[in-house]
Amino acid sequence: MKEQLAKIRAAALSAFEGAQSKVDLDALRVQYLGKKGELTAVLKQMGRLSAEERPAMGQLANEVRAALESALDTASKKLEEAALEHKLKAEAVDVTIPGKAPAIGHRHPMYIALDEMKEIFIGMGFTVLDGPEIELGELNFDRLNAEPGHPSRDWSDTFYFDEDERVMLRSQTSPMQVRAMDSMPLPIRIIAPGRVYRKDEVDATHSPMFHQVEGMVIDKGVTMADLKGTLNAVIKKMYGEDTQTRFRPHHFPFTEPSCEVDVQCHKCGGVGCPTCKGEGWIELLGAGMIHPHVLEMAGIDPEVYSGWAFGFGLERTAMRRFKIDDLRLIFENDVRFLEQF
Amino acid sequence: MNLSRKWLNEFVRVDAIDREFAEAMTLSGSKVEGTTDLGAEISNVVVGKILSMEKHPNSDHMWVCQVDVGQEEPVQIVTGAWNIHEGDLVPVAKDNSYLPGGVHITRGNLRGVKSKGMLCSLKELNLDERDFPYGVITAAALLNDYHPIDPDKPSIPADVRPGHKIYGPVVAAAVEGVKSAGRGRWTCVLTYADKDGPTGAVVTTPCQNLHAGDMVAFNTATAAICTLADLHAEQREFPHCIPDGIFVLQEDGIRPGDDIKPVVNADDHVVEFEITPNRPDCLSVIGLAREAAATFDRPLRLHEPVVRGGAEGSLAELLDVETPDADLVPRYTARMVRNVKIAPSPKWMRERLRAMGVRPINNIVDITNYVMLEYGQPMHAFDYRYVKGGKIIVRRAAEGEELTTLDGKVHTLTANHLVIADETRAVGLAGIMGGLNSEIVADTTDVVFESACFDGTCIRRGALSLGMRTEASAKFEKGLDPLNTLPAVNRACELVEMLGAGEVVDGVIDILNNVPQPTVLKLEPDRINALLGTDVPADEMIRILRKLDFEVDGDQVTVPSWRGDVRRMADLAEEVARFHGYDNIPVTLMRGQTTQGGYSPAQKLENRLGELCRACGYDEIITYSFISPTAYDRIGWSADDGRRQSFKILNPLGEDTSIMRTTTLPSMLEILARNYNYRNQNVKLYELGRIYLPGGDDGLAVENKVLTLGAYGQGMDFYAMKGVVEAILRDIRAKDVEFDPDPSNPSYHPGRCAQVHADGRYIGVLGQIHPNVAKSYGVDTELYCAELDFGQLLLSKGPDPEYVSLPKYPSVDRDIAVVCDEAVTVGELEKAIRKGAKGLLKHVELFDIYRGPGIAPGKKSAAFSLTLRADDRSLTGEEADSDVKSILEALEKDCGAVLR
Repeated sequence: MKEQLAKIRAAALSAFEGAQSKVDLDALRVQYLGKKGELTAVLKQMGRLSAEERPAMGQLANEVRAALESALDTASKKLEEAALEHKLKAEAVDVTIPGKAPAIGHRHPMYIALDEMKEIFIGMGFTVLDGPEIELGELNFDRLNAEPGHPSRDWSDTFYFDEDERVMLRSQTSPMQVRAMDSMPLPIRIIAPGRVYRKDEVDATHSPMFHQVEGMVIDKGVTMADLKGTLNAVIKKMYGEDTQTRFRPHHFPFTEPSCEVDVQCHKCGGVGCPTCKGEGWIELLGAGMIHPHVLEMAGIDPEVYSGWAFGFGLERTAMRRFKIDDLRLIFENDVRFLEQF
Repeated sequence: MNLSRKWLNEFVRVDAIDREFAEAMTLSGSKVEGTTDLGAEISNVVVGKILSMEKHPNSDHMWVCQVDVGQEEPVQIVTGAWNIHEGDLVPVAKDNSYLPGGVHITRGNLRGVKSKGMLCSLKELNLDERDFPYGVITAAALLNDYHPIDPDKPSIPADVRPGHKIYGPVVAAAVEGVKSAGRGRWTCVLTYADKDGPTGAVVTTPCQNLHAGDMVAFNTATAAICTLADLHAEQREFPHCIPDGIFVLQEDGIRPGDDIKPVVNADDHVVEFEITPNRPDCLSVIGLAREAAATFDRPLRLHEPVVRGGAEGSLAELLDVETPDADLVPRYTARMVRNVKIAPSPKWMRERLRAMGVRPINNIVDITNYVMLEYGQPMHAFDYRYVKGGKIIVRRAAEGEELTTLDGKVHTLTANHLVIADETRAVGLAGIMGGLNSEIVADTTDVVFESACFDGTCIRRGALSLGMRTEASAKFEKGLDPLNTLPAVNRACELVEMLGAGEVVDGVIDILNNVPQPTVLKLEPDRINALLGTDVPADEMIRILRKLDFEVDGDQVTVPSWRGDVRRMADLAEEVARFHGYDNIPVTLMRGQTTQGGYSPAQKLENRLGELCRACGYDEIITYSFISPTAYDRIGWSADDGRRQSFKILNPLGEDTSIMRTTTLPSMLEILARNYNYRNQNVKLYELGRIYLPGGDDGLAVENKVLTLGAYGQGMDFYAMKGVVEAILRDIRAKDVEFDPDPSNPSYHPGRCAQVHADGRYIGVLGQIHPNVAKSYGVDTELYCAELDFGQLLLSKGPDPEYVSLPKYPSVDRDIAVVCDEAVTVGELEKAIRKGAKGLLKHVELFDIYRGPGIAPGKKSAAFSLTLRADDRSLTGEEADSDVKSILEALEKDCGAVLR
């Protein structure tokens, strides 16, 4: 019997190891360990043994069973692993085939530039205002100190809806200064982006409709030095910390003193090149201290309060930001253009 | 405004190189747009003297010249020009020289003869006869250059000899010798023969192309050498006898080898300034000189005009001036000049005018232009003989009055125009342009110089209405200094005397209707510093103001008359800031009370809607707010559609951009069509843009925002567009969203259009664009659009979500398929299902629609998946069945739908 067990053990272990599939292995399990299996058959002979032999033989038989079961388990695992490995190999994909991307739309580049600007100003405590584009001539001109006869009032420059020049398409976002002064409590810190209209034929740098971002601060003790400091900070955030700015005198009816702000040419670094027309600087925006008469017209005492204001051209800012060389692209809305941003 | 730096240097000596000059002037407030070096293109061109000339051995029309160019050895230059002679001084472009237009001159070989350079014409130096009137070339008809038009029938025989009769008194004559007679004239010795035998003549002629050995046509009656015109000959008959050739210099004190640039004023540099409208005083050389003097801290040397006068007659008797419309003529100043000799003005004056971009005409006209440039005061000169009655009346034009201006244009005037008139008629448009009927002409002898100050608005309106903005009107409209008229007219008279152009009558007519008192301001250094954020000492402020000719006495500042823009403290602050330097103003950050910035709820929703559209694959566009009135036709709106009521621009750029849109649909369709034409395959676009509806406050518009979506291409159908709209409404948590068929929207496909409602509000419309509308945009594919009113979306936006606990008990799913009439919509079925449910139904989802075998014609089967759940217990099958039964009953009752 002992020999029989040893024989079964050897045969079974060898058979298990040689099994090629789960099915084979299941058949072997039945052959050796099943109810009618070889090991069971041997164990059935246990009754014939003497009482002294039985425990030892029983123990041996159990050992053999345990060994067979363990071997069976190992062989099964091995087969599973091999099968998985085979499956994974078969499932391999060409990772260089393009993915199935969900189509995500694109923000218009001009609004990307505007969003950046808004974030900067909101961080400095500014509120974003929105206002009418069909505007009163009074707010676009009179309240901003543009005297009757000012060239910007010409019908060759500005769109009107009536002969009396009462209602017009705003030619600047500056009437939002007046609207803010008329409606908001002091102190005021606002920006007002929006569409403006001037009678320019469409070309690479002109459009009858374009966008400006107006900004205004009114408080006690506001100085031109504050204007310089704030605009410098904003421009550096927009164009990089190394950006050099230049403030030079200019004239706007509604600011005094007035200035234009240039940034050093990004192409030549200030040496002079065709992009900056040899000047080394590119004009970026107009600004100035709010004219005392503009404050007075809004019922704000210029002896107590002062303020500054500025106006950016948004298209120009976006074009510089993304190196767009033709304004017409902005309003053409070709998806091949839009999807670059 | 252009400025000659040579002219500027007459008033203030500034040596800075162009770039430094431009930078400094720009930073002090006079923006420089660019600088032109008039001689930038000319190099290595000198004065040369013709030492000798010989006929070219291999050419019948070229000369070989030996030219002294100031070097040890003369250079040999071949030229095809016939107007030069030994001894002439001419511009010589030497070997390796450059001429205007980038022309590079190098040594070469002309028909086998070496030539080391080129003799230059006026044109080659970018000049013309207006710059050098003496450079005009008169050519004689040289018979040795005669080429008959018909070789068989020559007008002049090939073997013509001296004495041969050409016609009448004109005979052929041989040129024996030519000598300069100075001032562009030549003494010529001629020989010919008459009936008495050989004879000769010595004549003086302006013809420059004569040389010994030439044969000319000589008019024995007038003793003149004939030109082509005299012979009624065509140019091609005398191909080399042309009124063109080398520029023979007649300047004093020039020597061979001198650089040509100073000789032809190509050594000047012209600076172009952008002058802002508040500074009309800077539209003059003196005004800019004052700024330059202050910028560079140099003394300004102004000149007081001195007029000798003394011409015959009394001004009071000769001329009378009336200004009935005194309010339009603050000041009118005039002087008179007699015995005028009209001639070209001298070289220095022509050069300065030319450098500033003004064409020289004659001495009197040039003087008026010169004074306008120098003083910024427009001047007008008119011929006294056409001032009938010796009386000038400055008045409003009569309605319909006609006047022909100097440019030859006839204008019909109105009472809004101001004219200069005599007793009978208008002789000029005040402040705009003179009249043709009083123009200065060659035989003008008595001249009136007008130096006036007119009302800016009147001049601007007048110029605008006639469409003739002139340099003078552009100056007047900005408001000129009334104190400038007298010095300017005196300067003009001084120049007349200096040029010997005439005699000035003593006295001045000067009518002062409205000359304002000077502005006096208080100097408040503390307030100026407080505004600028600076610490500029009072002394420094006073120094700055004084160098701009402000008078400072204690704390009283008197503003100069030409600075009408300076009215209060802020204006003085700007003057201080300009010359203290904007760069020297410190950089500080805002102080004071902090404010809370941020977005309003509407702005937040705008941002969110954009994000949602992009997440759905839609690209953002920006379209014009104005459209063509025909756009309403193109989108199918009927002629009487009330939505056509639009704001109409009275002065649009064109019809296509003439009205403010009341719908965004045409804008979207235009962009879709453009992309379609560009063959872009799959396009999805959105815009959050405004429409402009009449009826707002103050006569303004109601500017509503509309979220517009538009798409075409792969996968686009009604449900794809609807899906996006649903996604948006779900995201903003709009309640009770409904889509109702809209078969009557003229822009959309009648069977594929839905009105969108949420919470009972009309949000907008979506669907397929009507094929006819698409066709009107040239598109033959299916276009899908949605138009959602932003204001309604904002109202429909649900509150922020509150957490609802997750289900603790399992749900029961039941699928049902019901058969109903085709006409019954899924929306109606869903409504019935929700109505029939008894509180356990959590979700309904359509998963199939079937038509075909097993279903009767005109019917359809709709299959729904129902999810039922109770929040407080596990449902039993019986409970679920009971609910489904109730749902089925509702379906049958409301929709006639029965379980399949």
